[in-house]
Amino acid sequence: MPAVEVRDLVVRYGTVTAVDRLSFIAASGQVTAVLGPNGAGKTTTVETCEGYRRPDAGEVRVLGRDPRRDAGDLRPRVGVMLQDGGVPSGARAMEVLRYTAGLYAHPLPVEALAERIGVATLGRTPYRRLSGGQQQRLKLALAVVGRPELVFLDEPTAGLDPQSRHATWDLVRELRADGVSVVLTTHLMDEAEELADHVVIVDRGRVVVAGSLVELTTAGAEDSLRFHGPAGLGLASLRTALPEGCLVSEPTPGSYRVEGEVGPQLLATVTAWCAAHGVMPEGLTVGRRRLEDVFLELTGREVR
Amino acid sequence: MSAGTYAPAPGAAPAARMVLRHARLELTGLLRNGEQLLLTLVIPTLLLVLFTTVEVVDLGPGSRVGFLVPGILALAVMSTAFTAQAISTGFERRYGVLKRLGATPLPRWALLTGKTLAVVAIEVGQLVLLVSVAVVLGWDPQRVSWLAVGVLLLLGTAAFSGLGLLMAGTLRAEATLALANLVYLLLLLAGGIVVPLDRFPAAVRPALELLPSTALADGLRTATSGGGLATGPVLVLLAWAAVSLGAAAATFRWE
Repeated sequence: MPAVEVRDLVVRYGTVTAVDRLSFIAASGQVTAVLGPNGAGKTTTVETCEGYRRPDAGEVRVLGRDPRRDAGDLRPRVGVMLQDGGVPSGARAMEVLRYTAGLYAHPLPVEALAERIGVATLGRTPYRRLSGGQQQRLKLALAVVGRPELVFLDEPTAGLDPQSRHATWDLVRELRADGVSVVLTTHLMDEAEELADHVVIVDRGRVVVAGSLVELTTAGAEDSLRFHGPAGLGLASLRTALPEGCLVSEPTPGSYRVEGEVGPQLLATVTAWCAAHGVMPEGLTVGRRRLEDVFLELTGREVR
Repeated sequence: MSAGTYAPAPGAAPAARMVLRHARLELTGLLRNGEQLLLTLVIPTLLLVLFTTVEVVDLGPGSRVGFLVPGILALAVMSTAFTAQAISTGFERRYGVLKRLGATPLPRWALLTGKTLAVVAIEVGQLVLLVSVAVVLGWDPQRVSWLAVGVLLLLGTAAFSGLGLLMAGTLRAEATLALANLVYLLLLLAGGIVVPLDRFPAAVRPALELLPSTALADGLRTATSGGGLATGPVLVLLAWAAVSLGAAAATFRWE
């Protein structure tokens, strides 16, 4: 049984359709990343899975149950980290952690967990005086302290410094290693690349593509070569230099793609052309795309 | 933490433990908050001392402190069950605390029971403090029916909690903060607490008598002066409790 199954979900806010026939499956014991630009419908989708929103159409199953009808059964089994807020601003870090642990039958040891997320020395500090990173890590701890089967993390590293991000990522990996299913939303490519077994790219309320990281980054990338450079390079001379049958394109400004029989000779031709034109071919890759390329090709470069 | 630490072992704590945990969290929050303590302990105590020792308003014939103690006890219930609870719950809603708790095993009834227990605990503290101060000021509690006082305080708590939660569950947190303080002030002055109702024009008196603060203060005046449990105030408080709790339950928005 999958951890989460979303089928043809539609959620509307008044006349705005936030989620538009969205479907995906999050396998049990895996990390699933719901990746998309701001406003894509990620939070709405996850909050429907958490039982906060009622689907206008379609179906959501969490651990095989209905998030609203079976809320009483699901609440102890599912950990939730909201994107914003959730902790009384005057409450102290350890107090909140202990209180939340007390709502569960077999919580994690609170002291060790506080140590693990680096808030053990801040036990008496009010929540509002914690740094952004400390607040995020405390919220993560609150989501896992009840030893859930499944956790939903909504933008768990938004606005964090690199140390906090890595601490969060390590904890997510440990959760997976111990058999916990994780569904996280993010707009950060590297986060999805670092953590996810399965990536669901969402845009304008719909799934544009889903698959494992390898599937997404190698699909349609066989026999191709990519690099980044200044936008709008004159490609005619490169076409002439390349063997017959090679295709050269600029799918998004500054991102170049050469399709053909990729071999050492072709690579040498491309780099020689770059050298002749004073272009540094950044992120030069053969046969594999970065997730960011996939993402931008599918969702476009337009800023929203 | 070692491998296997996070192995799933889900389950909710027993309901009674959750209720007590929540009551303790609410109580610590209220006791730590300086503004709330000012409202619930300092202001009622100061008003009791000030109005007993200085003739700010003519309280009519009879013992000044005998008139003031029931009024100040009504004020204490109002400050805790209504004003403090409305403000703290309004900000809990604003900061997503109630939303987040909705994802834990804590059921809503347990959340509300925990809140009520915290309110009652504060009120017990207020009662002990205010009665002690009153005795020092010369109040004679000999003719008090403590049973009637207990019943009235509980009914008053229900009515004022309903009003506080109605406000906190529908208005913005800032609006709740402002309005809860304004209502507190208006009822303090015109709700039968420190100013006898016969100081007001006869035309408005019947309306003032139907205010929850007036009903609570009048009921307490009867109960502390040998009259036992008066029916009128009990009915008014019951009506306020039924309407306000019903409306709060119907309109409360958790996010």
